[in-house]
Amino acid sequence: MNNDLLFDFNVDKAAKIVYITREFNATLPLVWDAFTQAELLDQWGAPAPMRAKTKYMDFKVGGRRFYAMISPDGLERWSVQEYTSITPKTNFKMYNSFADKDENRELPGSEWDYTFSEQDGRTKVNITIFNESFERLEKLLEGFKIGFTMTLKNLEDLLSDLSTK
Amino acid sequence: MKQDIFQAISDPTRRAILTLIAIQALTPNAMAEKFDMSRQAVSKHIKVLYECELIKPVQSGREIYYHFNAKKMQEFDHWLAQFRQGWETQFNQLDELLSTIKKQK
Repeated sequence: MNNDLLFDFNVDKAAKIVYITREFNATLPLVWDAFTQAELLDQWGAPAPMRAKTKYMDFKVGGRRFYAMISPDGLERWSVQEYTSITPKTNFKMYNSFADKDENRELPGSEWDYTFSEQDGRTKVNITIFNESFERLEKLLEGFKIGFTMTLKNLEDLLSDLSTK
Repeated sequence: MKQDIFQAISDPTRRAILTLIAIQALTPNAMAEKFDMSRQAVSKHIKVLYECELIKPVQSGREIYYHFNAKKMQEFDHWLAQFRQGWETQFNQLDELLSTIKKQK
């Protein structure tokens, strides 16, 4: 349904930089809010069947978002995002790291840069991730995979329930 | 500590080593010669590449030849593809959220 919306994902392995570009069919203020307000972020910020839960978010330079990605079986993977620069409705930068449930960060993390621009009622978001590590990716994806496996398990259970009836 | 594959391939010399041994397995001495480096410097790079499993040693007589482990690189690409997939799913969720909010207004 959104096939005409631009989506680019490129990895410069040598420079350890990930580039992501996505277009949204909405105006800039709305898209900006969706990326910078906890209650909106929690509605899309984890790939289903995972969900995101923000414990607190203080969107200002030096402020933090402390949140978890939660898998269907309730496993929580906590992260801290610390905002290092904010230019309202244009750009923000943050330092992203995994953490434990008590907000102790596991350093080093990676640097994320978000840039927003609007044209003809559509908003383009450019995300650049610096210094991402394979280990962090692996950890992140482990979470996704756990979530996915759980959903399959739920489906299997449901199917077996249905077939015994 | 386990070496990070991103870290390993971010170094230009190590990339050059990988490119070279992807074509032909080499001994540490041959590598040192080709790159005009000390044996010590080569050993350091080999250690990093070996620890993240990008190369594998094969003993041949009294010499050790290092081979490129293409499987590891594929595994890495596979992880990246999944990372991309995760983003795609999230963005589709955001599309829906945006259209819901627009309808409410």
